Amino acid sequence: MTVASAPDPVDAYVGEFDRLVREDGTEPLWVRKVRESGIERFRGLGFPGPKDEAWKYTSVAPIARTPFEMEPRGEAPSIPADLIDPFTFGVLKCSQLVFLNGRFAPKLSYLRWLPEGVRVRSLAEVVRTDPGTVEPRLSRTAELDGNPFTALNTAFMQDGAFINVPEGRIVEEAIHLLFVSTPHRVPTVSHPRNLVLLGDNSQLTVIESYVGLDGGTYLTNSVTEVAVGANAVLDHHKVQREGADAYHVARMDVVQGPGSGVTCHSMAFGGALARNDVNTRFDGEGGDLVLNGLYALEGRQHVDNHTLIDHAKPNCTSSELYKGVLDGGSRGVFYGKVIVRKDAQKTVARQTNKNLMLSKDAHVDSTPGLEILANDVKCTHGSSIGQLDPDAIFYLRSRAIDPETARTLLTYAFAAEIVRQVKVAPLRIKLDQLLLSRLPRGESIRESL
Amino acid sequence: MLEIRNLHARVADKEILKGVDLTVGKGEVHAIMGPNGSGKSTLAGVLAGRPLYQVTEGQVLYEGKDLLAMKPEVRAREGVFLAFQYPVEIPGVSNAYFLKAAVNAVRRHRGLEEIDAMDFVNLISEKMKLLGLDESFMKRGLNEGFSGGEKKRNEIFQMAVLEPRLAVLDETDSGLDIDALRVVASGVNALRSPERSMLLITHYQRLLNYIVPDVVHVLSNGRIAKTGGKELALELERTGYAGLEGTVGPAPAGRA
Repeated sequence: MTVASAPDPVDAYVGEFDRLVREDGTEPLWVRKVRESGIERFRGLGFPGPKDEAWKYTSVAPIARTPFEMEPRGEAPSIPADLIDPFTFGVLKCSQLVFLNGRFAPKLSYLRWLPEGVRVRSLAEVVRTDPGTVEPRLSRTAELDGNPFTALNTAFMQDGAFINVPEGRIVEEAIHLLFVSTPHRVPTVSHPRNLVLLGDNSQLTVIESYVGLDGGTYLTNSVTEVAVGANAVLDHHKVQREGADAYHVARMDVVQGPGSGVTCHSMAFGGALARNDVNTRFDGEGGDLVLNGLYALEGRQHVDNHTLIDHAKPNCTSSELYKGVLDGGSRGVFYGKVIVRKDAQKTVARQTNKNLMLSKDAHVDSTPGLEILANDVKCTHGSSIGQLDPDAIFYLRSRAIDPETARTLLTYAFAAEIVRQVKVAPLRIKLDQLLLSRLPRGESIRESL
Repeated sequence: MLEIRNLHARVADKEILKGVDLTVGKGEVHAIMGPNGSGKSTLAGVLAGRPLYQVTEGQVLYEGKDLLAMKPEVRAREGVFLAFQYPVEIPGVSNAYFLKAAVNAVRRHRGLEEIDAMDFVNLISEKMKLLGLDESFMKRGLNEGFSGGEKKRNEIFQMAVLEPRLAVLDETDSGLDIDALRVVASGVNALRSPERSMLLITHYQRLLNYIVPDVVHVLSNGRIAKTGGKELALELERTGYAGLEGTVGPAPAGRA
């Protein structure tokens, strides 16, 4: 007896590509070529398995076996604005681009005043109307490497933000990119793609939010490419609040010019399975990078953070701190690598991962790593996995504070080390709320903080 | 106020308190002296309810109530205060928030409303003066990066704000230079009242030059070996602990 096996997932994506992309004659040829290189790479790589070092602790089998549907191209249908209110930042004055299930939603988006020449637009629209601006940059920073999800995104990328800040322009107000997934009858997928370009001596603050309304399975597979010019300053925040049944795979690649300063905060709260890659490279001397991350997990959540800091040039400084708070039967992965190239003398690199385990059933795999090929550098790395300090709990109890509040306070304090470094105050307040709303008695603490 | 009867306590398998009997009257200040390892800190920890210690025998009555049956936070709400020998650093929780949470927990226990923001500011600024603390102090993380002296001052400051009826000061003098010791001692003296009893736990007589006790006890090998007036401390300063019956600890190494 023979059993009909389920179609191979890779074949299914290739078939989908032939149907959707090859038959679309509206895109410029160079875009088609970029997409084709993506699907070819994906065909060669397939979905990663347990033997892939980069995916050792994270199984993507649930993603591979789920047939996801993609939204058609074009503008998103409208939804009531109050549905996205919970995902905005109160009094924050910012420009906002909203994408629904991967499609640009112009009615929910707005731009505030921006300095002359600064462009904040839908990437698909720029590809359509002004392809020359995008062609030399797209798929250059996040190159096709061994990551099959990047290859998939490159093949299927729908839309996302295009931000271009010309030389010397200071954008004082933040730009909020809000990617919203709404539940559907069937599993859906979106492939957001962002391109952020900062000219020399420019300054920009970006918030990338990925959020979902609970109640459906979906996959977000995003890629953000960032090129930072000489002496430019970028403050980047990623807030991941996907729905409870969501899969989230995201990658950000940053190339830093000489003397530039980049700060990245990555905050992961949602999703059933999330993988977040941040790759940065110093492309000139004197660069400074701060890479902060927080993952607060509960239930059966699984969040995997991979970071790669490439000290390709001398005299650069990187400081990385990722912290995890794990409750229930959640699982966290931190895999960090700092490479100091042969000529990258006078590098200063500090890498730390700290995990607070709130439950016996939670689990974390932490692998910090340094690869140093230069000889005149200052590099440290370390990781810790621990529980709340019983002496600290007793100290608070001895001051009349009940044990539950004591534990919440200490957990909050652990995570606050990351949150308080966020300079955008309304965002910081929102992050505090998100954090405390997950902890027992957190609401009453929030009111009096 | 406090009545300790035949108190036995252990850490893991090691018996440390071997039958302590002690009575502290209302408004009295008692000093408990003794060599290292005599059980001083264990006694302080047991009174505050530190989970590390297991009471195996005996009882402790606080204002006639069974202290040992109360959880640590309930003891605090009932007016028991322990000034820690090693206060814990908690970065990310400000002194202000922490103190407000403590004050409100005590108030709720007494059936009072939570403290008004203005009243709280007034309360703490008054008490901060007592300990010579400046404004920035309240915004800093709880004991975060504090020097030894600052931590001890913070303990006495918390005591001033929480206004306990029984204060246990565990080695409050340890690690303090003479200037810091004077500040801390004057804070403690300002808090002496006919309504408040204190237990000063110290290795050295030095502290007792500044905070003069009504009664001095010597704890040795888990029991009260000797009780006397304030002159007992001076006598110990001359003879050391070595002369005491059953004492195994060394004589105090330092002289104030």
